[in-house]
Amino acid sequence: MTAELVDYAEAVTAWEPVIGLETHVELGTRTKMFCGCPTAFGAEPNTQTCPVCLGLPGALPVLNGQAVRSTVLIGLALHCDIAAWCRFARKNYFYPDMPKNFQISQYDEPICTDGYLDVDVEGEIVRVEIERVHMEEDTGKSLHVGGATGRIHGATHSLVDYNRAGIPLVEIVTRPVEAGPNAPAVAKAYVEQLAELLRTLDVSDVRLEQGSLRCDVNTSLRRPGDAYGTRTETKNVNSYRSVERAVRFEVSRQAGLLEQGTRIRQETRHFHEDTGTTSPGRSKEEATDYRYFPEPDLVPIAFPVDVVEELRASLPETPAVRRARLRDAYGWSDLELEEMTNAGVLDLVVSTVELGAAAPAARALWQNEVAKAANEQGVEASSLPVSPTDVARLLALVADGTLTAALSRQALAGVLAGEGDVDAVVAARGLAVVSDDGALRTAVYDVIAAQPDTAAKVRGGNMGAVGPLIGAVMKATGGKADAAKVRSLLVEVLT
Amino acid sequence: MADLTTLTAAETASAIAAREVSAVEVTQAHLDRIAAVDGDVHAFLHVDAEGALEAAARVDAGEISGPLAGVPLALKDVLAQRGVPTTCGSKILEGWRPPYDATVVTRLREAGVVILGKTNMDEFAMGSSTENSAYGPSHNPWDLSRIPGGSSGGSAAAVAAYEAPLAIGTDTGGSIRQPAAVCGLVGVKPTYGGVSRYGLVAFSSSLDQAGPLARTVLDAALLHAAIAGHDPMDSTSIDAPVPDVVGACASRDLTGVTVGVVRELGGEGYEAGVEAAFHASVEVLTALGADVVEVSCPHFPYALPAYYLIAPSECSSNLARFDAMRFGLRVQVGDAGAEEVMATTREQGFGPEVKRRIILGTYALSSGYYDAYYGQAQKVRTLITRDFDAAFETVDVLVSPTTPGVAFPIGEKADDPMAMYLSDIASIPSNLAGNASMSLPCGLAGGLPVGLQIIAPPLADDRLYRVGAALEAALDERRGATLLASAPSLTARP
Ligand SMILES: [Zn+2]
Repeated sequence: MTAELVDYAEAVTAWEPVIGLETHVELGTRTKMFCGCPTAFGAEPNTQTCPVCLGLPGALPVLNGQAVRSTVLIGLALHCDIAAWCRFARKNYFYPDMPKNFQISQYDEPICTDGYLDVDVEGEIVRVEIERVHMEEDTGKSLHVGGATGRIHGATHSLVDYNRAGIPLVEIVTRPVEAGPNAPAVAKAYVEQLAELLRTLDVSDVRLEQGSLRCDVNTSLRRPGDAYGTRTETKNVNSYRSVERAVRFEVSRQAGLLEQGTRIRQETRHFHEDTGTTSPGRSKEEATDYRYFPEPDLVPIAFPVDVVEELRASLPETPAVRRARLRDAYGWSDLELEEMTNAGVLDLVVSTVELGAAAPAARALWQNEVAKAANEQGVEASSLPVSPTDVARLLALVADGTLTAALSRQALAGVLAGEGDVDAVVAARGLAVVSDDGALRTAVYDVIAAQPDTAAKVRGGNMGAVGPLIGAVMKATGGKADAAKVRSLLVEVLT
Repeated sequence: MADLTTLTAAETASAIAAREVSAVEVTQAHLDRIAAVDGDVHAFLHVDAEGALEAAARVDAGEISGPLAGVPLALKDVLAQRGVPTTCGSKILEGWRPPYDATVVTRLREAGVVILGKTNMDEFAMGSSTENSAYGPSHNPWDLSRIPGGSSGGSAAAVAAYEAPLAIGTDTGGSIRQPAAVCGLVGVKPTYGGVSRYGLVAFSSSLDQAGPLARTVLDAALLHAAIAGHDPMDSTSIDAPVPDVVGACASRDLTGVTVGVVRELGGEGYEAGVEAAFHASVEVLTALGADVVEVSCPHFPYALPAYYLIAPSECSSNLARFDAMRFGLRVQVGDAGAEEVMATTREQGFGPEVKRRIILGTYALSSGYYDAYYGQAQKVRTLITRDFDAAFETVDVLVSPTTPGVAFPIGEKADDPMAMYLSDIASIPSNLAGNASMSLPCGLAGGLPVGLQIIAPPLADDRLYRVGAALEAALDERRGATLLASAPSLTARP
């Protein structure tokens, strides 16, 4: 079963990768899918449970309407058909972290079907077809104690936290994507842009590290023109970069096997972040029979057509359309847009520009200054104490000459340090240009030019002649200049 | 004052309301009765004397009033009651005390009903005799060597033995009506969705329905009204007004009512004595002014096989949660892992009938068999519903014998599941279609009670009571007494 890995570039000259993605998204509803328990992340284990999500005998599920609404919104944003009538189904299998030993999911009657997402892969649009979007409940979480690795192997006992049991999930399943040699990049771009879309819809906080977005990546190889090959399903792919690496690795691995004549086993594989490799899990060929049947405890969903249309009309601009609009309106390049998106400042920059700032300057300040500070502190730019209003004001002060670029950085540092808004910081730190070399120096030169005789005396060493010059500069700056600073400038210029 | 245990629920409530007797006295009288006879009857799995007397005291203190305030009741052990052992007749739930109340229990509490304890039942409501209880069978008060029916056999036996005037049962394929029939009681399976299933430990979710058992039609109506109505905790609960079942009990005349006798529910397989008592009662319906016609429901012969695919399929999934992880029995052998503990616990915790149905249902839902079994059964279910729809276009209610036979001796069918399953042949179609259905005593065969079944369309539960009350009054008048009055005294009966 093992074979040499084939170098990726070489593998794709002989083999055509076909990928498929199954993405699980935790919806950001306040309560769980079928009970009133809160969904907040990070609570003490088993504090967010009730008879329903613990699967106690006699307890019954009641559907969370907000979860359905969010799912329909996702379906609409992915150009799906919304089922006029659909049902939940039970997926039966035994596992300790699944309270009822069945998961309420959707099987042959998903709520959204047949859509697509146009993915921008390095400037080229690739249409990824969506087969279905369906709802299901999350399971609890097992913690294996006593083993070396936290895995079940070697553990002496396991603890289960049911806080996550019953949290609403949406599963978004693509059709096979004939992505060609670019498959790893397509996979990554799809997940990134899907996440971006979900964020725009405000249906999930989409945090991979907290597991609110989880991705399974299917990969298969075929000779160009042949039918699809046997696919593997790689789980645990928990970052955008890992999506890319997982596809890349599977292509190399499968090519190695195929070239020595070994069949690919249809199986679940696990991705390892540390090595960038995958290893086999449960084999699908001996997989559980889930014995799906319609969930008898829930009535069918007939989502009202007028509400579908209402939601359709309320859909926010999709990220792709928005990018195109911003490109045209503000002249940013695709690369700049991508950088701003990755730095988490695009919305902030746009707001700043809408407040009157110049687009290039706003981008530069957020990207180069604020994002850098956020990066150093290891936080999101949006969580720093600086707002688009602050940045717009800062740039306005630079534009009208009140601040120099260097001074504006000092002002920003003050705002970031929590010293108040821009004006307060400028005042408190005495940063206005009148106290600085720029405008003040101009005033000094003007005064020197206007009073050449007095200036000559100072040049000749008569420091007593500085006084009248200081007075003249103070008069010219409306009294706003710092006299000591004016004095030192005059001395600097004339001696 | 007469013996407090022989009063009807309506009489008891009015005596308490008039302060002729206290709720505590009524409760104590029933607790004494239980102490005296339940050794023979074995209707109860758990008697909550303390909780019952407290609830009665609250009524006496004037905290709660209403048409059933202070009336004692026996609760089938399949309904969750906070802090009180709830076993479903199974070893696998031994020692489990639910942390919450079923909606039915909440409504009983709100009505001031005094819950005496939890009654015996076939394990997880699977059976027709209570012989499948892990805690031993209950006995029919008419003849202690015979079964009291099932699965709500403990509830029926308790009411028939005057241990309680009222009981709650649940009915998945006849589990209220069949025990009512063989114990000489009134039992009602309300319209599916009429009574909340929240806190009813599921056997078959799409068929289960809780309902009343009582000694009179009016008492059943009073209990029905107390527990029915929309519950947001149960998605399948119907959001519609509860029909006026109590008002319907005033009926004594059936002029203008068309009654259909179902051709397929009678004849072959039905005992002669049962048929005789049934047809005699149908003549009484005619005498009361009803227009009696025969109707055919051609798909009814397929109801039993369809039921034995749908119910086990749902049960195989519903009972998966009994896995030793969070509640109930846990069989830990050595350092066995979770999967092994689950398997061992289920092996030791479930009885043979439960295992039989889980295996049957698991098979019926399996990939490759689903369409042939579960899928086909659902189609039959639709056809049966259409049979009813067609019948109700011409008749107001349908009638049939409730069961093909009278109470059989304990042990007679214990080794013959098919014979046992046939006990429910007449009651199952109503569950499949979600109709309202009642059994009321209509006579004796060989000294044992025979039940007559009335079936009404969904949400027309009041028709059951209209026809049932008129028939009951006419039969009692002809007999000069209630049917139950002819039951032999239990040894210790006062
Ligand atoms: Zn919950």
